[in-house]
Amino acid sequence: MDISKDLIAASSTPIVLAILAEGDSYGYAILTRVREVSGGRMEWTDGMLYPVLHRLERLGYIAARWETAETGRRRKYYHLTTEGRAQLAEESRQWKVVDATLRGILTELQRALPDLRTVSLPQIPERA
Amino acid sequence: MSESNQDAALEEQIAQWRAFIRRRQAIHAVDVAELEDHLREQVAGLMANGLAGDEAFLVAVKRMGNMDSLSREFAREHSDRLWKQLVATPAGTSASPWRFETDAWVAVGLAVAAAASIKLPTLFGLRIEAQETFYLRNLSLFVLPFLAGYFAWKRRLAPRTIGWLGAAFVVAGVLANLPPFAPTGKHPDPLQALHLPIALWLAVGVAYAGQRWSEVSGRMDFIRFTGELFIYYVLIALGGGVLTAFMALTFQSIGIKVEHFFQSWLLPCGATGAVLIASWLVEAKQSVIENMAPVLTRLFTPLFAAMLVAFLGTVFWSGRAVTMDRDLLIGFDLLLVVVLGLLLYSVSARDSSAPPGVFDGLQVVLLVSALLADAVALWVIGTRIGEYGFTPNRVAALGENLILLVNLGWSTVLYLRFLTGRGSFARLEKWQTDYLPVYALWAAIVVIVFPLVFR
Repeated sequence: MDISKDLIAASSTPIVLAILAEGDSYGYAILTRVREVSGGRMEWTDGMLYPVLHRLERLGYIAARWETAETGRRRKYYHLTTEGRAQLAEESRQWKVVDATLRGILTELQRALPDLRTVSLPQIPERA
Repeated sequence: MSESNQDAALEEQIAQWRAFIRRRQAIHAVDVAELEDHLREQVAGLMANGLAGDEAFLVAVKRMGNMDSLSREFAREHSDRLWKQLVATPAGTSASPWRFETDAWVAVGLAVAAAASIKLPTLFGLRIEAQETFYLRNLSLFVLPFLAGYFAWKRRLAPRTIGWLGAAFVVAGVLANLPPFAPTGKHPDPLQALHLPIALWLAVGVAYAGQRWSEVSGRMDFIRFTGELFIYYVLIALGGGVLTAFMALTFQSIGIKVEHFFQSWLLPCGATGAVLIASWLVEAKQSVIENMAPVLTRLFTPLFAAMLVAFLGTVFWSGRAVTMDRDLLIGFDLLLVVVLGLLLYSVSARDSSAPPGVFDGLQVVLLVSALLADAVALWVIGTRIGEYGFTPNRVAALGENLILLVNLGWSTVLYLRFLTGRGSFARLEKWQTDYLPVYALWAAIVVIVFPLVFR
């Protein structure tokens, strides 16, 4: 599925912050995790993750450190800061509002026009 | 293909990719390292799934995305990177930080030494306020030996070359201070004070270009260096002026006058030391920041051409006589110097393989109108030279005018040949760089021969 550019840009911040909330990580592993959780339905262009990471770093939501990975290469690891944790909470509140609004409208639409087959709600697993 | 062969091929591909990314200004070395780690992870992951090395590489590069849009994203995130920053780090240069630091310390050390050298004669009772003549005569000797020394160190010149340069400065020192070359009168000889630095600048050039002095490109680099140094020096001088103004202002508020300190310490020491600092800055930033001189040239070539054409048009159509004045010749000398500078710095920045363009046409208009204007001035002077006689000043100015005229005249011919497709631009470059020693030679003649002839 091709998700629009704007939607990807808007969702990248909470997704990256949420993945880093699970534990410290680095670029490639973050992308792998996104692919895994979305079941391969969310495809980011690999390179584009890095400007996003750098922006979050500049905003102080995440911090970076260089470490030597098990392969012997130098690798840049990111971890969530306290500010980032607060931001994640804030963003997930906003997303829930957006999600609830869209869900509400689509449900009503389906009830009013039961024949409307093009609009079908995907089952989004609710996470606490 | 054996496994080690495949590894080598993959490494080669990754190295090429790295070099390709590295050329993007907005993506710094650390980011390239981060992206490369990603690429290698991706390749390893794909190979574990059964892809061959080169296939995995292609897929990984494809997934990385379009480099232009990635570079744009980086630029948007790091907009400061589009403004090349110089002072903090030698980013973008291949030199190691250690080398950069040593270089800076040597330059600062030599700047302090130059500043100290101009205060040295004070120990022997030669105070700056009282002995202006002495200081004006020797001004270049307080600065240029240190500058030449800096480049001798930086370029690791052969001991032989260093010996020759040292000898040149010693001879210059002797000439500047011994009779009959040094006038015994109270007034400084402006001819000598003006021409000695020009002659010695060639020695700096030899030190700057090092082994490359015999090549066109080596001398062209020296021309570029000279232009950039001039611009940096002017900027530093402006900053120094602001600093001094605030110093005077703040100290005045507590009733202390800083004039004396300014005249005998801050100005002479600052002005000499700044030459070294400016030179170091030019060296440090040459590959980091775009050269300024060619930018100014682009801006002023059309304006100067328009001004000269307007002048010539007014002279010819209104029939106004050019007034003969003592300083007329010197004024036109300076005009030719400016035109030469405009020519030199557009030549220095031009890609010599590019075809002729509009700007080249403008350049020729500038050259021809400058030559015509100078011809008018020379004609006026020539008709009345008998009335004025030959003084050293006049002969020197006339000689310089002739030298510049020959240079610009032949440059015009070469430029026209280039525009009409009968010659290459490289010829013009070679002519300009070959001509450099002529200026120094004439300056040396003025310093050495004139005092003997005009006694």
